[in-house]
Amino acid sequence: MERKTKVNAQEGKHDITITREFELPVELLFKAHVEPELFEEWMSHEYGKTKVLKFDTKKHGSWLFHTTDASGNVVFQANGTIHDFVENRKITRTFEMDNTPFDVQLEFLEFEALTEDTSKLTMHVIYRSVELRDQHLKMPFEWGMNLAHNRLQEIVTKLKLQP
Amino acid sequence: MELRRDVFQAIADPTRRAIIALVAFQAMTPSAIAEQFDSSRQTISKHIQILTECELLKQEQSGREILYHFNPKKMKEIADFIEPFRELWDDRFNKLEAMMKKYKPKK
Repeated sequence: MERKTKVNAQEGKHDITITREFELPVELLFKAHVEPELFEEWMSHEYGKTKVLKFDTKKHGSWLFHTTDASGNVVFQANGTIHDFVENRKITRTFEMDNTPFDVQLEFLEFEALTEDTSKLTMHVIYRSVELRDQHLKMPFEWGMNLAHNRLQEIVTKLKLQP
Repeated sequence: MELRRDVFQAIADPTRRAIIALVAFQAMTPSAIAEQFDSSRQTISKHIQILTECELLKQEQSGREILYHFNPKKMKEIADFIEPFRELWDDRFNKLEAMMKKYKPKK
């Protein structure tokens, strides 16, 4: 069983496919994507806490979440609508990051039972252009850099406050 | 405003990708590169300049001529650029898996 997450991004194309196999029954894999408290937990990390503001997980529903830093400032917010929703099988949704130059992207999430206790997730993400896709793929770099800048800013601000 | 040149911007353009493909095959002078395209020499020369600025191409003086070489090290960087994105999702999914293994339904 391949537990490593794979990202397939071909040069010059405006889509990517993320695949991952889990040692989890498909029902639990699906649950982690639709229950707000569970989603918040796996989408949070040491430098950002994710909070679900709206999670209307059904056909024609919509969602909204944000991530806050240690001081409670909102550093990231994203929203979208749900176009198709089939329990334990499929979620088709849009994903849009607020206050960024990125346009909305279309995501097809397919949940598949491999055995009783293992499952597979396939995320097919479609971007408006090749450029937007490549910029989004690079984002973890830039995001990390912004965080580093913010931390630097904090330190500098503290230094200035000292007499 | 001076545009920031990076590798990703450089390969986003189809003409620039074609130039990389040509030069990867053999080192070429700017005029030999320009001859392969319908665009004006100035346009091609601008493309070459961008590719050189982001180190996808390297210049080499050969007698009175300048030859352009392909820099494979920089191309490796492009292949690696999705790795942080992959790791981001891998971390999230590892967390999801660990969390759901411990999951006990309420009530």
